[in-house]
Amino acid sequence: MKTSLTRRYRFAASHRLHTTKLSEAENKRVYGKCSNPYGHGHNYVLEVTLTGPVDLATGMIANLGELDPFVQREVIEPFDQKFLNEEVDEFREQVATTENVAREIFRRLKSFPSARLERVRIEETSKNSFEVTDEMEEVRA
Amino acid sequence: MIRITRKVEFSAAHFYHNPNFSAEENRRVFGKCNNPHGHGHNYVLEVTIAGEPDPTTGMVLDLKDLKDILQREVMERMDHRHLNYEVPELAGQIPTCENIAAVIWKLLEPKIKTGKLDRVRLFESPDLFADCTADNGNGARA
Repeated sequence: MKTSLTRRYRFAASHRLHTTKLSEAENKRVYGKCSNPYGHGHNYVLEVTLTGPVDLATGMIANLGELDPFVQREVIEPFDQKFLNEEVDEFREQVATTENVAREIFRRLKSFPSARLERVRIEETSKNSFEVTDEMEEVRA
Repeated sequence: MIRITRKVEFSAAHFYHNPNFSAEENRRVFGKCNNPHGHGHNYVLEVTIAGEPDPTTGMVLDLKDLKDILQREVMERMDHRHLNYEVPELAGQIPTCENIAAVIWKLLEPKIKTGKLDRVRLFESPDLFADCTADNGNGARA
């Protein structure tokens, strides 16, 4: 038996799906209304899953007193109430799709010192979700 | 293989306190969860069984049987109880979401005779849950 712990967070941000690698017409064709020039926003829900031994002294995989401020500092503060394309450096070059946002959040959170980051899952809306796991990222690396 | 899931809810009280820690250390590590008067949650438990549907009944496991098992093993033990004082399986452990989920896994696993216990997911709140899954050695789900 293996145990994991999942915590959910929320942030609201805007983005625009648009790349300089494509012409305006191609951007329009590929991204449709998501490419509208002024951007649009979502209430993102972020799920962070950690694994590791359950500490006998605390009964915890990770102490939320440590995890919450870490996620707050690494993701919520830089992303919440922001225009991702302009205000988060990583999305100046790469398109701020939620695939890329999920991968960037995984990169930011994997240095959490007290447990292993197993999975990051983001709901862009209640109908769309995106998931990155450590195994997927290992295969990629 | 098919996975089937049944959900139940129970309400219970708990607090976090390690007698080997000083009072100051307990407060530092556990924060407001250390309040000795305790506090409570509406826990939501999702239990998943994996298996092949029986060719005659079309069922992996009759969900009514699973409901009875959950009633006997979990609800009667934990619903409207204080987890620190009234659940012997948790004695000597901090009743965190991780530990409660693991106790539930250990209670249920031997009772599932048809199909296999695949996952125990315990929500302490909509924003916090622990999963116990079968570990087949490499960390992947069996």
